[in-house]
Parts: sequence; structure tokens; C-alpha cells
Amino acid sequence: MTIAAADPNRVGDLGRSDARGRGEGGPAPKRVVVAFGFWIFLLSDIVMFSAFFAAYAVLAGQTAGGPSGSQIFDVRGVAVETGCLLASSFACGLASISAGARSRLWFYVAMAVTFILGAAFVGLEVSEFAGLVERGDGPQRSAFLTAFFTVVGCHGLHVSAGLLWLLTMMAQVFAKGFRPDILRRMLCFSLFWHALDIIWVALFTVVYLLGAGA
Amino acid sequence: MSEFVDDLHPHADDTAPGDQRLDGSGIAHGVFSYLIGLAMAAGLTVASFYVGGSGIVWMPVVPVALIVLAIAQMGVHIVFFLHITTGPESTNNVLALAFGVLIVFLLMAGSLWIMANLNHNMMLMPRMMEMQR
Repeated sequence: MTIAAADPNRVGDLGRSDARGRGEGGPAPKRVVVAFGFWIFLLSDIVMFSAFFAAYAVLAGQTAGGPSGSQIFDVRGVAVETGCLLASSFACGLASISAGARSRLWFYVAMAVTFILGAAFVGLEVSEFAGLVERGDGPQRSAFLTAFFTVVGCHGLHVSAGLLWLLTMMAQVFAKGFRPDILRRMLCFSLFWHALDIIWVALFTVVYLLGAGA
Repeated sequence: MSEFVDDLHPHADDTAPGDQRLDGSGIAHGVFSYLIGLAMAAGLTVASFYVGGSGIVWMPVVPVALIVLAIAQMGVHIVFFLHITTGPESTNNVLALAFGVLIVFLLMAGSLWIMANLNHNMMLMPRMMEMQR
């Protein structure tokens, strides 16, 4: 049996000389350290979202005489939003492959598609919010609507910030090329964008689909 | 070794979250992996909306079915988009994820449990007043 097979997770190391984390073989590559740190941040972001989710789940029935979820949710519109975000996540994956292959043209194309789909998502969400506020069903109406606007709006703000970051990445690749530091930022951006899609999966399930059925 | 790993450290065998291990076959393999992920995620999304919208599933089971579909789709995203794998080079990422999932579970289940309990106790108040009369 090889050493790697005997101790694949390198817990006991078994005398491997290039093991990291014990002063031998040096620290992990910067790309791994940066992405791992960003991964920890994303997990903390998800923990923050889970608090908003818990608040929504607790307050979902507290409509104070106002509309309930099944009365205001447009499931068809949510399906379109979901499709936009999923396709955007896929395009972002293609953009990171293009960046890895150092192909500027495909990188710009994939990032542009990612941006358009992400912007379409934000636009649909803003129009949904505007419609609700116009009908007097704004966040002040009931505890349910406050929780709804908070959790969905917080995700929308994340996506909007991600769109700004996306444009920044395109500009940086344009100005500086595929330098290692730019590629690290691109890796963090793609992690961010995929994580937002994971949060949206929880959102459309817990808020819209479960809310529309209730 | 793939082109995604930092050139300065050719013998690095940890992977960053989001980095793909591409063994030789390169870009086509990477795109194919994203396509599989997209197809599975799209299928699960369609299933979620179908289960939620149509009466195909017995009504009391719908919430459970939706939650199972959502967890499955999150798994697909984590494996095919974030490239968090069970391989030895990804142990740190998986451990961090496990800790995050633990905290999320404690926070959500704990909040729901406590608030349901409080609600339950508050519900009793009017009935107790009636009994005292």
C-alpha cells in the first residue's frame, strides 16, 4: 500500500516530507490560502442568511391582517428569476474556465452573459418589490412582509454587489491581464456568485414555494 | 496537473474551493462538468416548481419534498459549481463546510423550536383564563 493510500487525508503524515502545516514544505500556495479564507467568509455569510431565514420562518404566519404569501407571490416570475440566476451561475463557471485557459475573448463573452442574466434577475426582483410597495404591501405592512423584504432584499443586495464586482473583474482583466493576483480575485468572485445561487435555492424553496402553498 | 493550480507551486496537492482537478483532458472536461451540474440543477429546479405548483404530490408531503429537492440541488451546486469534493486534497474545505452546516442547523432548528414552544405556551393563556372563570 502506498503512503497516500494508507493515510489519504495526511492526518498522521506517515513521514511524508512535503506535508504542509507542520513547518515542512512551506505554507500552502497563496491561491489555496486566499480561496480558503474566502470560503470561510462565504460560510459566515450563509450563517447570517440562516438567521434571516429563521426570522422569516418564525414570522411567516404573522400577517397582521395583511396579505399572506400565497396572495402576493407570483411563482411564474420566481421561476424566471431562478432560471436567470442558474444560467448566470453556469456562465460564470465558463468564465472561470476561460480565465484558466487564458482566453480573453471567451472570458469577456462569458462574463458579459453572466452580467446580463444577473442584471435581469435584479431587475425582476426590483419590479416585484416596487409592485408590492405600490399596492401598500411594503415592509411596514406586517411582520411577515418585513421578514420577506429583509431576506429577499439582502440576497438582492448581494447580487447587486456581485454585479459591480463582476464589472471590476472585467476591467481588471482588460487592464492587467491574467496575472496570478487577478486570477485569485476571479476565483473568489466565482465562489461568491455560485454561493449566491445556493442561497437562492434555499430562498425560492422556503420563501416562495413553501409560502405559496401555505 | 491542471492549469488551474498556481504555477509557482507545481507540486501543491491541496486544492482551493472552486478549483477543478482537471487531469489532462483540460477545458472540455471542465465544461462538461459544468454542463452536468447545470442539467441536474435545472432538473431539480423544475421538479421543485412542479411539486410546489401542481397537486401531483399528496399535500401534507409537499413541504418535505420541497426541502429534500432543495438540499439535493445545493449538493449539486457544491459539487459541480464550487468543486468541493470528498478527495483528500479538499479536506479543509469540507471541514469548514461541515462546521458552517452545523451552525446553520443549530441556528434554524433552535430558533424554530424555541419560538414554537413560546407560541405554544402563549396559546394556553386565554384558555387558562376561561378555566379560572
